[in-house]
Amino acid sequence: MKEKLQSTINKALPVIVALLLIVGLWVWLCSSGAVPKFMLPSPSDVWNAFVGDWQLMLKHAGTTLAETFIGLFFGIAVGFLAAVAMSRFIFVRKSLYPIIVISQTIPTIAIAPLLVLWLGFGMLPKIVLVVIIVFFPISISMLEGLSSVDKDTVNLVRTMGASRVQIFRYVKLPSSLGHFFSGLKISVSYAVVGAVLAEWMGGNQGLGSYLAKVRKAYSYDKMFAVIILISALSLLLIWLTGFLQKKITPWEKINDSRL
Amino acid sequence: MNALEVKNVSFSYDGKTNVLDNVSLNLKKGELVCILGVSGGGKTTLFNVISGLLQPQSGRVLLNGEDITGQTGKISYMLQKDLLLPFRTVEDNAALPLIIKGTKKKEAREIVGEHFAQFGLDGFQKKYPAELSGGMRQRAALLRTYMFGGSAALLDEPFSALDTLTKSAMHRWYLDVMDRIKLSTIFITHDVDEAILLSDRVYLLGGKPASVTDEIIIDEPKPRSADFNLTQEFLEYKRDIISKIR
Repeated sequence: MKEKLQSTINKALPVIVALLLIVGLWVWLCSSGAVPKFMLPSPSDVWNAFVGDWQLMLKHAGTTLAETFIGLFFGIAVGFLAAVAMSRFIFVRKSLYPIIVISQTIPTIAIAPLLVLWLGFGMLPKIVLVVIIVFFPISISMLEGLSSVDKDTVNLVRTMGASRVQIFRYVKLPSSLGHFFSGLKISVSYAVVGAVLAEWMGGNQGLGSYLAKVRKAYSYDKMFAVIILISALSLLLIWLTGFLQKKITPWEKINDSRL
Repeated sequence: MNALEVKNVSFSYDGKTNVLDNVSLNLKKGELVCILGVSGGGKTTLFNVISGLLQPQSGRVLLNGEDITGQTGKISYMLQKDLLLPFRTVEDNAALPLIIKGTKKKEAREIVGEHFAQFGLDGFQKKYPAELSGGMRQRAALLRTYMFGGSAALLDEPFSALDTLTKSAMHRWYLDVMDRIKLSTIFITHDVDEAILLSDRVYLLGGKPASVTDEIIIDEPKPRSADFNLTQEFLEYKRDIISKIR
């Protein structure tokens, strides 16, 4: 227990020191008058803005999180199915793969207003944008995982009389879980940002629309508070993904420690 | 009674150059037969044909008299690489052939659990393969092969990836286990000593395309002691085999 605490401290210490330095610099910039107050609010201003407006922010955060989770769910489902189809049928892979890659070169910032135009000001365009963002890393990493399964292992299970479905269930799927989680970590970190971006483009619900509103009012203290909240939500989701990964793939830890 | 019979099997990957040419061999019940030949000489291809992964151009594979040519799911197979699934515990790896056949997970674990002590794996049921030594992993892989429950097993150089000391320990263990479970086995190796030590008969596979060039009967009672490879008879067999390989 003591050792564990020690290793946590060793890991966290450099980050904490770096963060303290940044906040220190920030405080110094504000208090010394090097940057005028209306351009850069001080940490205490941001804190006060957060405390003063937290109920409203939390309500908006709820909307954003709802969009993020629904988008994640469908993005994962679609990405997973696409990966399975691509790994199973060469034709699907050859036709779909380039399109998926091309679709990713379109900037999301350009798609977002179009989605609002097509799908209105409700939650739908936000969810769709999250799905688009989440889909790509999941499908590509899942496909990579499904394709990199050891051929000898598949043959071995075939000699046991396994059907195609059984090979998928007992070999291919669990073998690709590591890849899946690598993709999911990327997806999750972009998902919140994606939802916020779509909210920014239209509607009056969610942290993105709140962000757009306070920007128009030049309330930079509130802007900073929301930005920090958005980062915190993303970090929380990334941590949650890591936690899930450890629970679902307990063998990875053992394999890693032997390397 | 032949457990397994390979009749005049010829195989080629491209339809032109034969890799296997008219290979015939048989395996009696409870017997351990070795296929000895140089690396890359078609031994593994022969196993892939027997296990049903490859369809031969001509010839047949019979299991207890039934034609199983090109059918998987009839004969269990074990390779040099243990191929244990890293995400399944040792017991779940060993139980996999049963689960594939439709046995419930809990029941499969119970059946497998009865054999852990016999295979020297007791206490390792809940471990992951990465936590086991190379020798232990091969034992687990052999247990999985055994749990398949077929009437014949194919072992493709199962011990060749192990270091010399582990390997001789595994030989002793293997002779002991085989004496008890009486699994009819065909065993591939390129190690002459291993072939003489473990088997009842040795087939020499040679030439290009590969065919059975000779058959040597190792007429020594079983279980053999691990000192067998230090005896005069052993050296006679070895001299005989080496002269026939050349």
